[in-house]
Amino acid sequence: MNAPVVDLEDLHFRWPGQAGDCLDIASLRVAAGEHLFLAGPSGSGKSTLLALLGGVALPDAGRLRILGRETARLPAAARDAFRVDHIGFLFQQFNLIPWLPLLDNVLLPCRFSARRRQRALAQAPTLAAEAARLLDHLDLAPALWRQPAARLSVGQQQRAAAARALIGRPELVIADEPTSALDAERQQRFIDLLLGECAAAGATLIFVSHDTRLAAHFPRQLTLDGINRANREPEGRDGRAGT
Amino acid sequence: MTHLPALALRSAWNRRYTLALTLFAIALACALLLGIERLRGDARASFAQAVSGTDLVVGARGSPLQLMLHAVFRLGEPGGEMPWASARAVAALPDVAWTIPLALGDSHRGFPVVGTTGDYFTHFRYGSGEALRLAAGASFAGLFDAVLGADVAERLGYRVGERIVLSHGSGHIEGLAHDDKPFTVTGILARTGTPVDRSVHVGLEAIAAIHLEWQGGAPMPGVRIPAEFVRKFDLAPKTVSALLVGLKQRGAVFAVQRQIAGMPGEPLTGVLPGVALDELWQLTAVAENALLLVSACVVAVGLAGLAAVILAGLEQRRRELAILRSVGARPRDIFLLLAGESLAVTLAGALAGIVLHAGLRLVLSPWLQAQYGIGTAPLSTTLALAPGEWRLLAGVLAAGGLASLLPGYRAYRLSLADGLTPRI
Repeated sequence: MNAPVVDLEDLHFRWPGQAGDCLDIASLRVAAGEHLFLAGPSGSGKSTLLALLGGVALPDAGRLRILGRETARLPAAARDAFRVDHIGFLFQQFNLIPWLPLLDNVLLPCRFSARRRQRALAQAPTLAAEAARLLDHLDLAPALWRQPAARLSVGQQQRAAAARALIGRPELVIADEPTSALDAERQQRFIDLLLGECAAAGATLIFVSHDTRLAAHFPRQLTLDGINRANREPEGRDGRAGT
Repeated sequence: MTHLPALALRSAWNRRYTLALTLFAIALACALLLGIERLRGDARASFAQAVSGTDLVVGARGSPLQLMLHAVFRLGEPGGEMPWASARAVAALPDVAWTIPLALGDSHRGFPVVGTTGDYFTHFRYGSGEALRLAAGASFAGLFDAVLGADVAERLGYRVGERIVLSHGSGHIEGLAHDDKPFTVTGILARTGTPVDRSVHVGLEAIAAIHLEWQGGAPMPGVRIPAEFVRKFDLAPKTVSALLVGLKQRGAVFAVQRQIAGMPGEPLTGVLPGVALDELWQLTAVAENALLLVSACVVAVGLAGLAAVILAGLEQRRRELAILRSVGARPRDIFLLLAGESLAVTLAGALAGIVLHAGLRLVLSPWLQAQYGIGTAPLSTTLALAPGEWRLLAGVLAAGGLASLLPGYRAYRLSLADGLTPRI
């Protein structure tokens, strides 16, 4: 269990048709249970890093290990299964399927992953009970659970999305600007809730945001510009900043 | 992945209005396709019903199809006449059970007049062996009596006792009127769903009587024979248009046909109704196929609309697909989700088409019956599909399957390109 949850080494990636690398990371290790704030303005290669971590894009060179697994070596379907088995995702907004009731949105990972299902059932007698427990922890009243997601406020939707990312205890939670649609006070509350739940579930959290004011909540902070060599001025290299 | 259909269903429910409209378009197209196929079958069945009890149609030598159409269906141009003596000779053949002489050529307000004998009402069979039945009144007894088909009575509002005047010539262009010798309606036949419904039946002698002073298709100038004097003349028919023949045993039909062809005197033709009808269907096949082609195009338009609607909605669903990808949906699942939706709409559209078709038939069948004499079946048999119709529907579903590949493939590509962050 002392293998890092995320382990990048000399990672290169460029989108097809682009001249230079979009990502060029010498090294990034995130240990189990760690809560990392990764600062990255738009255009710093943030989405690309998320795509690589999620296994929907593959590195051109270098090492990318999640939980000790070289995901790039897995067949595509196994990568999709690995993603849902071990990673919970939180996006900027529009995190939920609008026509699906809140509770069903939260249960989506359990529908696609037997592992998440089993781990959820280890926490509560039924899947719905586990979803309810998380929603309750995230301050969502039971009256909302049967509502289609589109009827909820953005703040409520983001909290439900956090419940979805956490259900079935994935080892890694990746949050991509989850607070950008919230006002300052709600951002604060949301991050506190998220950190608390991740800590309770023992999940590693990578929180990506352009808003450096949020960094103070996290024990470890990095900037993507700091680790991504592709974004730097050429300095004799042929690289050019990607998007 | 048993949760995918449930997810697809809920997603489709979310877009139910557009999908319902698309489904309706496909249902209409399928109903049209079925309707045309069924109408063709019904038209054929209806023609076959009208001659189901007749083994041979005999007339002057000429086109068998023309003889059939004119004698049985009162359509098209008359062929030559056959001498009455020949008709007697055919009736006297040992294998012949009965004959019904038909003298055509006059009309009443567009409805054909059939000169015949009482044998018509005793021997004529249609459908599955049904005999003609009088709905009102009695068969003709007097010289100037007439028995009307159901449609004639209904459309012209005639009752028993009505006095009617026949016109020379057939069809809708009124010829010269036989107005000096009016007829009395003595009976009205029950509906048969055959050309009998559209006919005015009178005695062979009456046909002779109204043409006594006629020669070469026109009245002789200056000659007038009042109705009360015609009985003094010889009213035995000189010619008839055709003879419907029933045999003692159907198996003898080819032998009798040969005997008729070889009879001395005027050359005659004996036509097997089924063979002549086959000839007719070969002629109409081109038009039928053209109609089927048109309705197949309508189906194609409906399916293209379906693909377009789902493709258009796809742009708005890119986030939905990205979310599904993030929770482990494979690109293959995304493909199945979208393709399955299109296919399900096609399937539901086809089923709705069957029901819609049955409903339309139910509403339209009285009109079809009255207008074209096309008999229609009850609802239970309307809903049951013939093998040909199953093939058509299978074709629709296959085309729908092909059309549904399009949104499926597009969603597959999008979900691969977008990954977890749709670029909108």
